[in-house]
Amino acid sequence: MENTINGTKKVSPTGGDLEGADEKQEFNITVYTENQIGLLNRIAIIFTRRKINIDSLNTSPSEIESIHRFNIVITESEDVVRKLTRQIEKQVEVLKVYYHTNADVVWQEMALYKMSTDVIAEKVSVERLLRENGARAVVIRKDYTVFETTGHREETDNLIKILQPYGLIEFVRSARVAIIKKSDGFNSKLREFERLEPGEDVVENEYLNKGQKVFTM
Amino acid sequence: METITQEIGVIEEKSVKSQAVEVSGSVALLEALIVEGVETIFGYPGGAIMPIYDALYDYKEKLNHILVRHEQGGIHAGQGYARTSGKVGVVFATSGPGATNLVTGLADAQIDSTPLVCITGQVFAHLLGTDAFQETDVINITTPVTKWNYQVTDATEIPEVIAKAFYIAKSGRPGPVLIDITKNAQIQKFSYEGYVKCNHIRSYRPKPIVRHQYIQEAAELINSAKKPFIIWGQGVILGSAEQEFKAFVEKSGIPAAWTVLGAGAIPTDHPLNVGMLGMHGNYGPNVLTNDCDVLIAIGMRFDDRVTGRLDKYAKQAKVVHLDIDPAEIDKNVKSTVPVWGDCKETLPLLTALVEEKQHTDWLKTFNEYTAKEVEAVIHKELNPETGEMTMGEVIKQLNEITKGDAVIVTDVGQHQMVACRYAKLNKTRSNVTSGGLGTMGFALPAAIGAKFGAQERDVIAIIGDGGFQMTLQELGTIMQSKVDVKIIILNNRFLGMVRQWQELFNERRYSFVDIQSPDFVMVAKGYGIDGKSISEREDLIPALNEMMSHKGAFLLEVMVTKENNVFPMVPQGCSVSEIRLK
Repeated sequence: MENTINGTKKVSPTGGDLEGADEKQEFNITVYTENQIGLLNRIAIIFTRRKINIDSLNTSPSEIESIHRFNIVITESEDVVRKLTRQIEKQVEVLKVYYHTNADVVWQEMALYKMSTDVIAEKVSVERLLRENGARAVVIRKDYTVFETTGHREETDNLIKILQPYGLIEFVRSARVAIIKKSDGFNSKLREFERLEPGEDVVENEYLNKGQKVFTM
Repeated sequence: METITQEIGVIEEKSVKSQAVEVSGSVALLEALIVEGVETIFGYPGGAIMPIYDALYDYKEKLNHILVRHEQGGIHAGQGYARTSGKVGVVFATSGPGATNLVTGLADAQIDSTPLVCITGQVFAHLLGTDAFQETDVINITTPVTKWNYQVTDATEIPEVIAKAFYIAKSGRPGPVLIDITKNAQIQKFSYEGYVKCNHIRSYRPKPIVRHQYIQEAAELINSAKKPFIIWGQGVILGSAEQEFKAFVEKSGIPAAWTVLGAGAIPTDHPLNVGMLGMHGNYGPNVLTNDCDVLIAIGMRFDDRVTGRLDKYAKQAKVVHLDIDPAEIDKNVKSTVPVWGDCKETLPLLTALVEEKQHTDWLKTFNEYTAKEVEAVIHKELNPETGEMTMGEVIKQLNEITKGDAVIVTDVGQHQMVACRYAKLNKTRSNVTSGGLGTMGFALPAAIGAKFGAQERDVIAIIGDGGFQMTLQELGTIMQSKVDVKIIILNNRFLGMVRQWQELFNERRYSFVDIQSPDFVMVAKGYGIDGKSISEREDLIPALNEMMSHKGAFLLEVMVTKENNVFPMVPQGCSVSEIRLK
C-alpha cells in the first residue's frame, strides 16, 4: 500500500484502506424506496456524515406505483461508493440500491436558459448556435425567451459558454435522471420482497463477492 | 401475521373480546406494550406526554414505570435493562428538552446495537413547525442515531407503528427506535381492533439467507489453517448464540479473544479464552493477530480501538467474517470469506464442517505472551507493593466475592478498561458498558436498568470519580424505586484516562484533568443510601463483603493510586503488534 499524497496516507472517508478501486469518478446510485417522510434526510446524511458532496439528486416515481426511485450522483472511488450503498440499503425503508458508472446507464439532464428576445431577434448567429446545440424554445415573450436543452453535462455546460457573450440572463439545470442499461426493472424483485421468505438474490447484496460480475473489487 | 388474543391488558378485562372498542391513542400504546411483553418502562413525564402518563395511571399494575431523574438516565437504564435481559428497553420522555436529553443514549445504543423503543411526546400536530412551547424537531435530530424513527400524528397509526418499532428494534442487528407521538394523537379516540405483532416489512431484511457455499469455503480455510485465531464480539450475545459459539470453539480447538462488548459470551476461565482485544487488551491476542494465518471474526465490527492501525492489521491473515449486518462486511477489514448471516444459524453449520483439532503449540504461544504480560503488568497491578491501592486489586478482590456470577456495569475510562481486563465473568450478559460511544455517566443509570433486567443477579456498578458526577442524580431513582445496586467508585482524583494520555503523549501537561469530588458517601447518605469510603488495603476485603451482604443499595468509594496507567496499550496510530507493556 503506497497510496500517498504529500507523504500522508490516503484513507477512504469510510475508514478503509483504498486498494485498487481508488480512482474517483462519477457514479450513479439508484435507490428504490418506500415513499416515507424523512427518508430523504436519512439517505442524505449518509453522505454528509462522511463529508461527501452530492453532485445531483433526483427523486421520482419508479416503474412501480408507490415505490420511489432516487437517482444520486457522486464523484468518489468505487470502494467508497460500495460502502455507501450498503449503508443506504441498511435503512429500513430502502428496498434496493444499485450503483453504476456513467457507461452503464443512459442518463440525461435538462437545462433552461433565459435570453433577451431582442438579442436573439437581432443576431442571426445566436439562433444558429441554439439550433446547433439542440436547444428548443419553450417560451417566447416580448422581453425574454426561454430555451431548453436535454443531454449530458458537457452539452448543457457548453451552451452556457456559448450564450454567455450574448447576455445569458438566467440558467438552471435539473438533477440527473438515469436508466440502468442492464436492468430488468423492479417488478419481479418487489414480488420477492413482499414474500415472507424471499429468495437469495433479494436477501443478499449482489456486490458481495460477485465483484467480477458488477465491478472488480 | 398472527393476532395475539391470549395476552391481554386492561381493555380486554373490562370490555368485550375480539370486537372493536373506542380507545385513546395513549391506551392503544400501553396495550401494545403489554402484548409486546414489556414489564418495565423508564421515563419522565412532561407536558406533551401527559395523556400517555394519564393512561398509565390505570396500568400501574401491569406496567412498572420507573421515574428517573433525567431523561439521559432513563435511556441508559433502558440500555442496561436490554443488555441484561435480552429484551427491548422501553423509555418515555416528553417533547423538547425531554427528547433532546435522549440523544446521547440513542447514539450509544445505536453504536452498541442495543434494542430500545423510545416514546416521546410531541406538541399538537397543528403546532408542528411553529416553535411552540417545548417543540423540537426530534425526528430530524435523532435520525442519525436511530435504526428507525417515526412521527405519529394520528392515533389510528399507533398499533401498527408500535408493532413495527418493536420488530425493527430487536430483529437483525438490533438498535434504538424512536416514536414521536403528537399530543392530539395521544388524546384522539379511535376504533381499536386489537394489536397484531409485526414479523415482516417488505423493505427490511433483518436476516440474510445463509449461503452454504461460503460456509463450505470458510470451513476449508479453517481446516487448512496452522495458526487460526477467533475474535468475537457482542454479535454472539445479541444473537443468543453462546452455546453454538462454545461448541464451535471447543470442536475447532481455536484460541479465541473478545472485544469489550463480547466479554462473557464464554466464561473468562475457559481454556480457549485467551483474553481481550484492543487498545488495552491482552498482549497475546493483540500481537498474535498479526501472526495468525486465518482470522475468524464473529459478530464484531473491527472498531478502530480493536484494530489499531488498519493498514498494518492482520495483513498476513485470511479473514473469515461472520456478521448479520451486510454493511459491516469489508467496511474496515477486507474478508476472504464473508459468512453473512445470524451466527446462531451460521455457527452450527460451520461447526459441523470443521475438523476436531487441538492447536496445542499455537495455544502455548498465547500462554507465553500471557506469562510475559503477567510479569510486566498484571502481577503488580493485582498485587501492588505500594501503599496505595490499585484499581486492579479492587477487581481482583471483588472476583473472590462474586466468584464471577455478578453483572458488572462499568462507566468509561481507566476503571472501565481495568474492570473489563480483570473482572471474572462466568455467564453471558454479565458485562454492561458503553463500548462504541464511550459515554461517561453511563454506568449508574445503566446499572439501575441492568438490575431490573436481571433481578435475581447481583449488579455491581464500577464507576470513576469523573463519570459518577455526570449522572449522580440517578441516586434519587435508586432511592425511590429501592434498586438494589452496588456502586463502587474507584477514585483517583483525576480524569484518569485523559491524564494517562497527557502523561504519555502530551509531556505531562495535565490540562483540566484534576477533578475535585464531593464527599460521595455523604451525597449517598443524602439519598438514604448507605456507603463507605476506604483508602487502606486492609479495609478492602471487609468493605467489599459489607457492601455485598448489605440489604439494598450501597456505595463504596475506594481511594486508589492517583497516577496509575492502564497497560498494555496500543498507542493511537500504531499497529496491534506495537502494543506497549509500559
